[in-house]
Amino acid sequence: MIKINSENMNFKDLNDKVRKATEDVEIYGALGERFIGAGLSDKKLVIRGTPGNALGAYLNGAAIEVFGNAQDAVGDTMNDGKIVVHGNIGDCTGYAMRGGKIFVEGNAGYRAGIHMKAYKEKIPALIIGGTTGSFLGEYQAGGIIIVLGIGADKPVVGNFPCTGMHGGKMLLRSDCKGINFPKNVHAKPATKEDLAEFYPFIKEFCELFKKDEKEILNSQFTLITPDSNNPYKQMYVAN
Amino acid sequence: MFKEGEIRIPSGCAISAVISREGKKMTGEKIIESMIPMHDRSNGLGGGFAGYGIYPNHKDEYALHIFFNDKYRIEECEKILKDSFEIVEKELIPTRKMPEITDEPIIMRYFVLPLNSLLTSLQLDEKEFVVRVVMKINTEVDGAYVFSSGKNMGAFKAVGFPEDVGRFYKLDEYEGYSWTAHGRYPTNTPGWWGGAHPFGLLDYTIVHNGEISSYDANRRFIEMFGYKCTLQTDTEVITYIADYLIRRQGLSLTETASVIAAPFWETIDAKPEKEKEKLKYLRTVFSSLLITGPFSIILGFDGGLMALNDRLKLRSMVVGEKDDKVFIASEEAAIRTMEINAENLYSPMGGEPVIVKVKEGKF
Repeated sequence: MIKINSENMNFKDLNDKVRKATEDVEIYGALGERFIGAGLSDKKLVIRGTPGNALGAYLNGAAIEVFGNAQDAVGDTMNDGKIVVHGNIGDCTGYAMRGGKIFVEGNAGYRAGIHMKAYKEKIPALIIGGTTGSFLGEYQAGGIIIVLGIGADKPVVGNFPCTGMHGGKMLLRSDCKGINFPKNVHAKPATKEDLAEFYPFIKEFCELFKKDEKEILNSQFTLITPDSNNPYKQMYVAN
Repeated sequence: MFKEGEIRIPSGCAISAVISREGKKMTGEKIIESMIPMHDRSNGLGGGFAGYGIYPNHKDEYALHIFFNDKYRIEECEKILKDSFEIVEKELIPTRKMPEITDEPIIMRYFVLPLNSLLTSLQLDEKEFVVRVVMKINTEVDGAYVFSSGKNMGAFKAVGFPEDVGRFYKLDEYEGYSWTAHGRYPTNTPGWWGGAHPFGLLDYTIVHNGEISSYDANRRFIEMFGYKCTLQTDTEVITYIADYLIRRQGLSLTETASVIAAPFWETIDAKPEKEKEKLKYLRTVFSSLLITGPFSIILGFDGGLMALNDRLKLRSMVVGEKDDKVFIASEEAAIRTMEINAENLYSPMGGEPVIVKVKEGKF
């Protein structure tokens, strides 16, 4: 594994170095360098510090593990691979993500999972350990979003979750009392059968962050799915 | 010096701030450094800083920082100043010659006291009087701009990258209990010295990342109360709104935040009765001061800071702390540059004000 001290390094030089590396890379002293690992299809990246915006954008199969918090737009339009963040994460995590997995130990900011999509075997997954800000899963068109609310002292999501959601599935570890979902989605308590589909992700989350799987599973979950096969009906024109 | 207003350039911006709740003095070095990891949020067309507590030897006088296009404007402007104030001291603001900052105007500062006889005859309080003189200069003297006018504080701004602007003004030689900073990526206009942030009026300064879509509605309303938007940049109007709501209407900071980032009616309806009533009142009475469009702002004032996001939170903002200090920035990296071991980092919700004040008597 190559070690790179990114202190005083321009993000472009850092990313060139990462791209040219022929083995796995560890970056330490990260401080706001943008686009780390963008488009990367192989290798494993370990990052210590605070990587900058658009970490792992267009990620195409590589694995990124961050020891620290991550900023905005992690995994933007990610296609494949895995991003693990041992900390909190900024706004717009997994924007338009279309494959791969993102695991966040702590909280996520606003608009996590906005416009996630899926196609056949490409099913992206976003798993957040803490809580998220408003507009979770805005315009979600596919894929899986899980929010576990571990240690939360406030609602598991902020305002206006699932606005414009028309595909995919969302699972919240909460009874969701007091959370207003829009008319275009259906929220119901998750059954054992419902949970089965999500279990592999929760299991992986617990292994990554050393959480007690039993304790997490032994809670009430709410499953949210889009309510209609024609979500735009009557939205713009009388059709 | 070019005026802006003709070209439209689409886009970021960076903001950053630090304050000591104990009123401990810090040089401008750290706040300058905080802008370095956010370099790419700006494009070199504007940078600026505001420091509070930096003029302890002139703390009772208004510090006017003024740009002049040429020396002839100085004469014209000083005539107005002498008619209104006792000028206690005047000097060129010390700057460093450097290749990164060019085409600088003449940059002066005046420490002034309003003439008592005038205050009495005009029946105006001191602050209102100062505001009127600032507006008079900015609208009537072509080529002179008062860009800072508070007591024991000052704004410093220029066309350039913020870290260069900070060095240009030698901010490492000033000491303040609170600092704000801005790196500009002008969105609608080419960028000029007067259009850089912070925007200031009295001790209120604003640094802003975003673009206000309600600018004209806000401007039309605020200009009814004697404010003149002369700088053709959306941020200017936020500064006047803050002055109007806080100083003239006597609203608290939290109430001010509920006006400019008013919650949606739907959100208001879900609140407990008493709060609902108040939010309804504020949103109704000051409906023209609702600021829409993306923004994250830091309002600096005598003894404190307030950070605020638009209600949809369309811009990033992170808050952290360490000992007596509180840090606010567009990116966590900026906070970690000022304090690598910053604690309790979090992102406030859209429309949720973060208010930090220096302990009473400590500034």
